[in-house]
Amino acid sequence: MSIMKRMGLIFRSKANKALDRAEDPRETLDYSYTKQLELLQKVRRGVADVATSRKRVELQMTQLQQQGDKLHGQAQKGLAAGREDLAREALTRRSAVTAQVEGLQTQHAQLQGEEEKLTLASQRLQAKVEAFRTRKETIKATYTAAEAQTKIGEAFSGISEEMSDVGLAVQRAEDKTASMQARAGAIDELVASGALDDASQEPNSDIERELAAISAGSDVDSELAALKDQLEPGSKPEAIEGAATTPPAATPTAAPTAADPPAATDAPPREGQP
Amino acid sequence: MIIRIMGEGQYDVPDDDLAALNVLDSEVESAVLAADTSAFTACFAQLLDRVRSHGAVLPDEVLVDSDLVLPPSDSSVDEVAALLGDEGLIPG
Repeated sequence: MSIMKRMGLIFRSKANKALDRAEDPRETLDYSYTKQLELLQKVRRGVADVATSRKRVELQMTQLQQQGDKLHGQAQKGLAAGREDLAREALTRRSAVTAQVEGLQTQHAQLQGEEEKLTLASQRLQAKVEAFRTRKETIKATYTAAEAQTKIGEAFSGISEEMSDVGLAVQRAEDKTASMQARAGAIDELVASGALDDASQEPNSDIERELAAISAGSDVDSELAALKDQLEPGSKPEAIEGAATTPPAATPTAAPTAADPPAATDAPPREGQP
Repeated sequence: MIIRIMGEGQYDVPDDDLAALNVLDSEVESAVLAADTSAFTACFAQLLDRVRSHGAVLPDEVLVDSDLVLPPSDSSVDEVAALLGDEGLIPG
């Protein structure tokens, strides 16, 4: 049998089973209405849950992007200091962070899709529940238990089908969110452990520490030069000349020799000098 | 003729479309039976598109049973097989 017809039959048999359970058919109306309100609550909770997951992913994306920017900055500093090895290390870590961000973007789009679907489902269900309530009150006011039977069957049309549909939508959204939450938890742990974190955190402190040492070194040099200027105002032209002649001699060490030991680091260009 | 696409709502589709829909439907059915993902993806999308483009969306407050029901548009071939195989998968 065709898929469309088989699915239709499954829905109808569910609606009939719900109706058969009732003794006084008018009681089914109230019972079903209670169930409808419960389901409406459940869908709304579902929307809120998916939104929470979406926000968590957004927060993680922001954190990882900041870390990516920081690593990029460290790579620039490393290159400026003539340490291509540090720059390379920072960029390698940055590419791992970028890959994680891309994965999160996919998840984010999926969560947004689920949120949108559930929001629409909740709106549809709310409109149908409202329509059902009106019919229910009319039936109870107008018909005896015996007369009500067929009218109730009609009132059940559509609402039972909608409830099955929405019920499945909530279930699917829950399943999807649960698997994403597991992954989000794993990323939180990775971030907390520092494995994906910026290079300034343990156990990956080498880049930041070496960059800090370089910049501290050049700060000391420029302060020393400034102090010399103050002590010997007469020798100022010489000091500037002396400082100006140093960088050309130092530049060859800035060449991309990744194997260079940190010994080369005390000869950066003295840009800090006024 | 009222057709529900699960997760989307109900459409009022002209009866004239039934023949064309049945052709697509049986293609989807063979794809599900063969567990052929690529064939399923292609003809299932066509079937949904035809319902959406030829049908008129029913207002939310209308309470009426559907004549035909289609699985959610993002279903995998396995999910459709499961929906058909076991009534228990559809809650309610």
